[in-house]
Parts: sequence; structure tokens; C-alpha cells
Amino acid sequence: MIPFWIIAAVLVISALWTVTARKPIYSVVSLLLNFAALATSYLILHAEFLAVMQIIVYSGAILMLFVFVIALLNSGIAPIVLGRDRVPVAPAAAAALSAIAFVATAIAAVHAPAIVPIATHSPLGAVGRGNVFGSIGDFGQALFLSRLLPFEITALILMVAVVGVVLLAGDLAPYVPTRRRAEQTRRALREAILREGK
Amino acid sequence: MLIVLVKSAVLLLVVVTTFAYAMLFERKILGWMQLRPGPNRVGPWGLLQPAADAAKLILKEDLTPKTADPLIYRLAPFISLLTAFAVYAVVPFGANGDGSPWAIGDVNAGILFLMAISSVGVYGISLGGWASGSKFPLLGAVRGTAQMISYELSMSLSFVGVLMLAGTTSLTGIVNAQERLWFFIPQALGFIIYVITAVAETNRTPFDLVEAETELVGGFHTEYSGLRFGSFFIAEYVNMLTVSCIATLLFLGGWNAPFGLTLLPGLAWFVLKVGAFMFFYMWLRATLPRFRYDRLMTFGWKVLLPLATLNLVATAAWVALH
Repeated sequence: MIPFWIIAAVLVISALWTVTARKPIYSVVSLLLNFAALATSYLILHAEFLAVMQIIVYSGAILMLFVFVIALLNSGIAPIVLGRDRVPVAPAAAAALSAIAFVATAIAAVHAPAIVPIATHSPLGAVGRGNVFGSIGDFGQALFLSRLLPFEITALILMVAVVGVVLLAGDLAPYVPTRRRAEQTRRALREAILREGK
Repeated sequence: MLIVLVKSAVLLLVVVTTFAYAMLFERKILGWMQLRPGPNRVGPWGLLQPAADAAKLILKEDLTPKTADPLIYRLAPFISLLTAFAVYAVVPFGANGDGSPWAIGDVNAGILFLMAISSVGVYGISLGGWASGSKFPLLGAVRGTAQMISYELSMSLSFVGVLMLAGTTSLTGIVNAQERLWFFIPQALGFIIYVITAVAETNRTPFDLVEAETELVGGFHTEYSGLRFGSFFIAEYVNMLTVSCIATLLFLGGWNAPFGLTLLPGLAWFVLKVGAFMFFYMWLRATLPRFRYDRLMTFGWKVLLPLATLNLVATAAWVALH
């Protein structure tokens, strides 16, 4: 129980720091700490595969993107500092709604019948041995046999999001090879210069 | 608990000593390949050179640029160092007769744990470069992050072929599956892809665009001095050792002896294989010039990634049909 409370404290404190930090890069670092603590709490719950995926996907890929954006947006000269004078309405409302949802979930979880873990001890070395709850085999079977449809639907939704992003961000001009595009630019420039000359 | 602590302390000592002498041997080997003796002044045959280097780094002044973000600037070397050492929690070096591995923790998802920790290692470079608050480190960091993320994809795909053949994600299980045939034979393409991506992941020549001293001064660690620079330096060499260990475990049969030559113990074979891989690294550094950045990206995305996917599909088909 003691490891759980330590991790819970780290989770809450780092989450608070993430939303209150005045420099975006500090938010990223505290979120990194938060993800690490979350992965550890998954390990305590015997969800070994989920813990590793939490680190690989969220810390390794998604959060890295945040660092990239921050690094490219302000090139290290003057870090962005957010003011603390006004509270934006929409984020505050969203935060209040998620707080209510969180409390509701917590109440429901307390009243729900307890889940009995199959593995009964959790020193880190013995986690997830064989086909027990949370092991890779267990996870894979759930993903590809009993829960295949929701998994595929999620994948489809992500695919739709990717296509949507490409549509929103990319220009829809037909693809032109680089060399021909350079040729077109050159011709346009030459014509512009000729027109200037007249 | 106490046993784990003692094991960890011993292993840390071994890894740090290996780092120190890997550095010395690299300088020696580079020297010989360039027809000069290499370091030979401190101690007999230059053997005390690592100690002299350490003393120098400790005594150097620790500078922080005015434009730096002090907290992140100080944090970054520790992230690099921590992730570099953390992987040794699951790396097995040998096995007892009953099959229990010589490792601190025998995690079932061992190879996934390695991938997770090494994916966090990028933060040391990107945060360090960003927090220095000057141009060269930022350029080095942005380049390095893009490079490491791009090559990590092909690297993970090259692992999956091995995982499918072995049918397990436990590192001990993978080594045991190679008792008769080492995986670099059935997974030749995967092995080549792994070797290339491993060099890129550790930012070594010819993929050392993160540092690129001819154009970026020192890249992401330009502003660092003293022990903070030393931390990045240690992390780089320990990462090199890590990828050599992974190559040995996944493709070169781990502690299995070749041709049934069980005269030497398994640990000796493991050390020999890792040593050979490290030497290959140093050889590359002495031989190859640096990639141009656009070519590096093109190579990663348009050559390595399709090849790795092809290898994955072919292996999956083979495993399914057998």
C-alpha cells in the first residue's frame, strides 16, 4: 500500500505542476514525470504491457512532439511565460466538468464489486509471468480475439483523424515533382522580370 | 531487496569501468588506424588515461550560460545518464544451469522495457539542447531528436522479426530460442537494419549529426562543461554498450557458444560478442565520413523503414506457414 500512496502523491503533484507551470517546457517535464509515475502504478496493478506502452507511446512519441513544437516555436532566446492575471472561461469549465466526471468515477469505483487479481504478489521481478492478468499474452488475446471490433473501430477513428489533419493542413494542389516545380517557379520569375522591364 | 541492491551496485561499477576503458580503447584504435600511437603517457600503455580524464572533468568549472533555462539545463544530463543506466536492470548476461538468468530483474517484457527506456533517452539531448539557450545546441538538439525518432521506428520493426521467431518478449527466452541457430542468419535483413539504426540511435559516426563538430561546434552539448558534459559523454558510451548487448542478445545468440565450443563459459562468449560489436563501432568511426542531413532522413524513411516493414511481413508469413 505504501508504494501506491507515494506514486499517487507524485501523480497528483506532477499533474498540478503540469497545469500551473508558467513555462511550457516545465509543463512538459512534469508531464514526463507524471507518465513515469502512471507507468509505475500500472506495474503495481500487474498491467506490465500497459506500463511499457504508456512509456513508449506517450513519453517516447507524443510528449516528444510537444518538446519539438516548443523548441521550434521559441528558439531559446526568450521563453514563453504565461501571465497569471486572468482565468480563461472555456478551460476552466472543461476542468470543472472533468473534475465532476472524476469524482463520479471514483464513487462508482468504490461501490463496484472488487476485481480479484489473478497474480497475488507484485515484486517487480515476478510481474506478469506467463499468461496471467496484464501480461502480454493476456493483453494480445483480449485485443485480437475478444475485443477485436472495438480495437478496429478505434484504429479507424484514428485513421479518420489522420486523414482529417492532412486535409486541414496540406494544400490540396496536385502533386508536382520538385524539378518541374522549380522549372515553373523559374518561368514565372522570368515572366515577372520581363513584365517589370516593359 | 539487499541482494538486488548489491547486484545493482556491482553492475553499475562494471558498466562504468567498461565505459572508461571503452573510451581508452576507442582512442587507441582510432590512433592505430590513423598510424599514430594514441594516448600512451598516463600510466603504462596509457592505462590510467580514463582516471586522468575523470579528474580533469571533475576539476573543470561548471558553466551555465546566462540565456539558459537553469532548471532544465541542469536536469538534462541526469535524464541522459539515468536512462543510459536504467536499461541494465533487465539485461541478462548469462544463465545458470537451471535456466535462471544472471540479471537484476528478469522481466517478461524485457525487450519492450529496453525500448521504453531508450525512447525516454532522447529527452536528455532535446531538453539539454533547448535549455542551453543558444543556436548551435538548439540546431543539434532538433536534428538529433528528428533523427532518433525516425530511426527508432525501423529499429523497433527489426526487433519484431526476432520476437516472432522466438515467440517471447523475454530476453532470456530469446537467447534460449537461439540455442541451435543464431537469429542473424534467418533475420539477416533485420540484423543489418538493426546495426545501422543502432549506430544512428547512439548518434555515432556516420550518424553524429547531433554533435557535428565541423558545423555545430559541439552540437547539443556545446554549452556544457565539466561533469555535466561528462554525464552526456558517459551516457553516449553506455548507450553504445547497451546496443551492443542488445545485438548480442537478439541476433548473436547471447551467451550461447558457437559450434558447440562450450570450453569457455557463457559469460565469456557474451563479453567477446559485445566486445566485437563495440570494436565494429570504433572501426566505423575511423572509416566513414558523416552523412548529409537530408540524405540521412531520406535513407531512414525511404530505405530503412520500407525494408524493415518488408522483413516484418516476410517473417510473419514464414512463421504463419510453419
